[in-house]
Amino acid sequence: MSQSADVTLEVAENVGRRSHLARRMLKNPTGLFAIIVIALLILMAALAPLLTSQDPDYADIRNILASPSAEHLLGTDSAGRDVWARLVFATRYSLLGAALATFLAAAIGVTSGLIAGYYGRWFESVSAWLTSLVMALPGLVVLLAARAVIGPTLWGAMAIFGVLLAPAFYRLTHAAVMGVRNELYVDAARVAGVKDPSIIGRHILTVVRAPVIIQAAIVTLIAIAIQAGLGFIGMSDPTIPTWGGMLNDAFTKMYQQPLLLVWPASIIALASVAFALFANALRDELERSAKPKKVKGKAKAAVNAEGAAAEVHAETEAAPRDLLLEVDGLVVGYDQPDGSLTQVVNGVSLTVRKGEVHGLIGESGSGKTQTAFSILGLLPEGGRVAAGSIVFDGVELTGKSAKQMRRIQGKRISYVPQEPMSNLDPSFTIGSQLVEPMRETLGISGKEAKARALDLLAKVGLPDPEKTFRSYPHQVSGGQAQRVLIAGAISCEPDLIIADEPTTALDVTVQADILDLLRGLQQELGVAVLLVTHNFGVVADLCDRVSVMQKGRIVETGPARSIFAGPRHAYTQSLFDAILEDGAARGALSHSSDRHVNAGGAK
Amino acid sequence: MVQFTLRRLGAGVVLLFAITTIAYLLLYLSGGDIARQILGQTATEETVAKKAEELGLNEPLVPRYIDWLGNALHGDFGRSWFSSQPVAETITSRLAVTLTLVVGTVLISALVSIALGVWAARKRGWVDRLIQVLSILGFAIPSFLIAILLVNVFALNLGWFQPTGYTRWSASPAGWLESVTLPIIALSIGAVAAVAQQVRGSVIDAQRQDWVRTLRSRGVRENKVIYKHVLRNAGGPALAVLALQFVGLLGGTLIVEQIFAIPGIGPLTIQSTTQGDIPIVMGVVVATGVVVVVVNLVFDLLQGFLNPKVRLS
Amino acid sequence: MTAAEPLLEVTDLVVEYPIKGFGRKPFRALKGVSIDVKPGECVGLVGESGSGKTTLGRAVLGLAPVTEGSVKFKGREIGTISRRERRELSDDIQVVFQDPYTSLNPSLTIEQTLAEPLRVKNVSAADARKRVRTLLDQVGLPADAAQRLPREFSGGQRQRIAIARALALEPALIVCDEPVSALDLSTQARVLDLFKDIQEATGVAYLFVSHDLAVVRHLSHRVAVMYHGEIVEYGDGDKVTSDPEHPYTQRLLMAAPVADPDRQAQRRADRARMLEAQREADLQAGAA
Repeated sequence: MSQSADVTLEVAENVGRRSHLARRMLKNPTGLFAIIVIALLILMAALAPLLTSQDPDYADIRNILASPSAEHLLGTDSAGRDVWARLVFATRYSLLGAALATFLAAAIGVTSGLIAGYYGRWFESVSAWLTSLVMALPGLVVLLAARAVIGPTLWGAMAIFGVLLAPAFYRLTHAAVMGVRNELYVDAARVAGVKDPSIIGRHILTVVRAPVIIQAAIVTLIAIAIQAGLGFIGMSDPTIPTWGGMLNDAFTKMYQQPLLLVWPASIIALASVAFALFANALRDELERSAKPKKVKGKAKAAVNAEGAAAEVHAETEAAPRDLLLEVDGLVVGYDQPDGSLTQVVNGVSLTVRKGEVHGLIGESGSGKTQTAFSILGLLPEGGRVAAGSIVFDGVELTGKSAKQMRRIQGKRISYVPQEPMSNLDPSFTIGSQLVEPMRETLGISGKEAKARALDLLAKVGLPDPEKTFRSYPHQVSGGQAQRVLIAGAISCEPDLIIADEPTTALDVTVQADILDLLRGLQQELGVAVLLVTHNFGVVADLCDRVSVMQKGRIVETGPARSIFAGPRHAYTQSLFDAILEDGAARGALSHSSDRHVNAGGAK
Repeated sequence: MVQFTLRRLGAGVVLLFAITTIAYLLLYLSGGDIARQILGQTATEETVAKKAEELGLNEPLVPRYIDWLGNALHGDFGRSWFSSQPVAETITSRLAVTLTLVVGTVLISALVSIALGVWAARKRGWVDRLIQVLSILGFAIPSFLIAILLVNVFALNLGWFQPTGYTRWSASPAGWLESVTLPIIALSIGAVAAVAQQVRGSVIDAQRQDWVRTLRSRGVRENKVIYKHVLRNAGGPALAVLALQFVGLLGGTLIVEQIFAIPGIGPLTIQSTTQGDIPIVMGVVVATGVVVVVVNLVFDLLQGFLNPKVRLS
Repeated sequence: MTAAEPLLEVTDLVVEYPIKGFGRKPFRALKGVSIDVKPGECVGLVGESGSGKTTLGRAVLGLAPVTEGSVKFKGREIGTISRRERRELSDDIQVVFQDPYTSLNPSLTIEQTLAEPLRVKNVSAADARKRVRTLLDQVGLPADAAQRLPREFSGGQRQRIAIARALALEPALIVCDEPVSALDLSTQARVLDLFKDIQEATGVAYLFVSHDLAVVRHLSHRVAVMYHGEIVEYGDGDKVTSDPEHPYTQRLLMAAPVADPDRQAQRRADRARMLEAQREADLQAGAA
């Protein structure tokens, strides 16, 4: 029962083992800088008594506001105290205070977030309400009010601030747990009999760990700022040196000794920036690791469109219609940071005649959608047509600017997407989204466009066009939304509709209705359709001609009937073999045979 | 929409009630010997006792609170223990000044961050990186530090602005503008940093939505796609961040007012907390609470305006 | 013969989900559903989105709230048991989910994922490792897959891993929730064959949930068709999927396009005729 074709592992050497986040942080220049600065600050705080021989509290009144000298490295302040000594000790107190606030905030926030997120119920409602309560008042106002009661204490203020900042952790953890709680792998663990604490520890804590560290860095920087702010307005404990207290003293003597401002201001700025950079670098690294790294071939700037020629079935029509679209040797690729090109379409050639329905069929990753997008001139960011030509009604489309393409889009070539709900702007009514393109491309008045839109909505079989016109996308069903998108696609009377899996996201019975609608409209309007799909049933239902795609190439092309009657390429044949519709049913359960096999089973 | 508004308003009132209750109980419960604090160490026991009686400090706490609440609902928040001025009057005149600063900051940062965010999201490349770096710096450095820097450079060294002081609009519009420019810049930088980042992120997200491709496929002009559709959808998350920034801004304003000697509620709060003037402190708590609740309501309504799902459910 | 007794017996099952908001009526996802699965049997559960087919599977797994009715496994009521008792059932009932991309924890290696249910049952680390090798072999994956992370595998391979996890404790029943609908056509056929092979080798029973009549027909001994929270047709797999009696099943069958232009044209015409006939019947029923 092993299928070698399915077991080709998509492995790149650099993803084989989990590269540790910590190591990657050290390799990231910003991350490294931040870590070094934070480490130096912590060292400074820890080794404070070793870094200075001066007493930070000794006031030498005869020597106030002194400039830097050998004795006083950074001079003295307004009370004649040594600035360097105060700076070193202030680092100790400021960091400890910030650490206290961060620790408390994280402890309260993460615990309650985990409980509320995983178990929900009343605890969740209470926490949510408390969170909005705590977040309704500016921290500084609360701290000032508290100071009126408890007096100037650094630790008290930082403890209160820790509680005030707990919602930041709560919301983060809660959101992360909510996201993970409904993940299927958590359900699977539950079905596997894993206990709740293990599920939280193993599947949930691992998810929130890194975001919590990021949040901790941000909270620390906020705590540093608020602490310095309190000190600066003279609200902190005057008996211990703090960055904010030093700033306060320096600000009052700004005219006499401006240099005094520089030291505390720089260290506050340096510490804040270091924590911000740390958080940012960690976030970058996390985002980078979240993206799966796909295997990239060796750097090949050269375009490769070589390959076996497609199986071409002879045309069966006596008098073939005129060509509308001619794609020749199309290569589509995505530029990589290392300058190479990842090719997703490797030399596709196909033709669509006027008024015909052409099916482009293939499995995921075959490049069929990329081919469709390049004809529309709407490749995703980073993608480009690297070679080949797309000639539409005698006009070369490759190399046209986005602005030039805008004149063709909608009016000449239009598009029906796969996922109906995500293809309507949720913020605007359905009507306005139909009217807007008609006014722009056809240049008609709003009133005229509205009348046309209502006609179109009736034409695509919506029972109450007026109501649908006024509705927002979230108020209609998926099948109705797809009808709206089809109405949009035919609104400017195009010559070619590119329909990208137009029924894949729909239920089977709705799919059948939409296929009927597409067929009816196509025959009525005589428009050509390039239908991208993975379903042979859909092709059989609608298409005049078919092209089969595999790995970015067309492997077989020709009239639909001819291909259904006798597929020639091995890949096409394998696709036909995989169709279940005509297969035999399993039949009723016969116990003798099953039990027989069971006895020799793998138990 | 009416129901939505009423619901949010109700929640706001409940929240406000909870805040004032907790604040009142905490402020008076652990206040220590308030009368002694007011009169100073030299006062005799007798005068201290008389003062306590006069302030009603001997009454039980809960009836006192109910009394206070009843008066507060009529707009009477008592009198300052030190200046004997009515609290309501003292705060309203100063709150107007503070609100000018805060509202000015919110409007300016909203405009600037939309411009920067959209620019960064569309240009990417070096513009994006530069804005990102500036955002980190702006976010990290506290607003009062920026204020000090601005005073030093533009007021003291270049002499373009008055370093401190406040001119009323009614006295001289130009003078008013001069006196609020530096404070608003100092306050805006942090908010712009945070909101611009969010705008950039949500514009990039919105641009990747399927419906953007569909709009383009219909021949809609790029500017319309970005400024009508993408921006509107990116507006919600950006607005949420701006609302969060607003609460922080109120705090930052207190310190910045102190630096620029602007007669807002900042200096008042600082003075009354050092003195232990609890009626004033209580008044400040109520005032900020009301402002936050009202502003959050405004943001909620804007959110509903942007997002039909919020409005119609 | 004991095999005639059902392994799983669901009777008049009702599942309701509370709707947020005070005093609102709960949403009734299942409106009294009865179904049974015999040992070694595959029962297909087919329906469109919102039919309640996934909810039924989740209720059997203890992941959806049972409001009324009973779920019996080997004669024992399991619909309303505690979480602790439910955990003990893990070596009897297992699951394979639809989405191969979210059903495996992205930060755990395949071995860690596969060993998790074994470790819960106090299997030693060494034995667990051995068992993981056997399981990987059973689902047709190389032994070195054990040390890799889910993101290194394709959708079909991940689904094989999910099947291996379900097999780890040698359960009597596996609930399969659309296990092949996210897969490509050719991968889908191979994974379905794997399901069949495993059933024939181990005698495990499946409750197989799918929206695709052809997939269900391929694998199921019996088929139940669900519509709006109810079972509208239930019986022999071949009969239900080729010659159904209920109008909804008929609509479902006729809606799926056939991969042959001529036969599809025929089916299209038949479908139009059938819809017309059903509409008339409805009208007459309404008039009567």
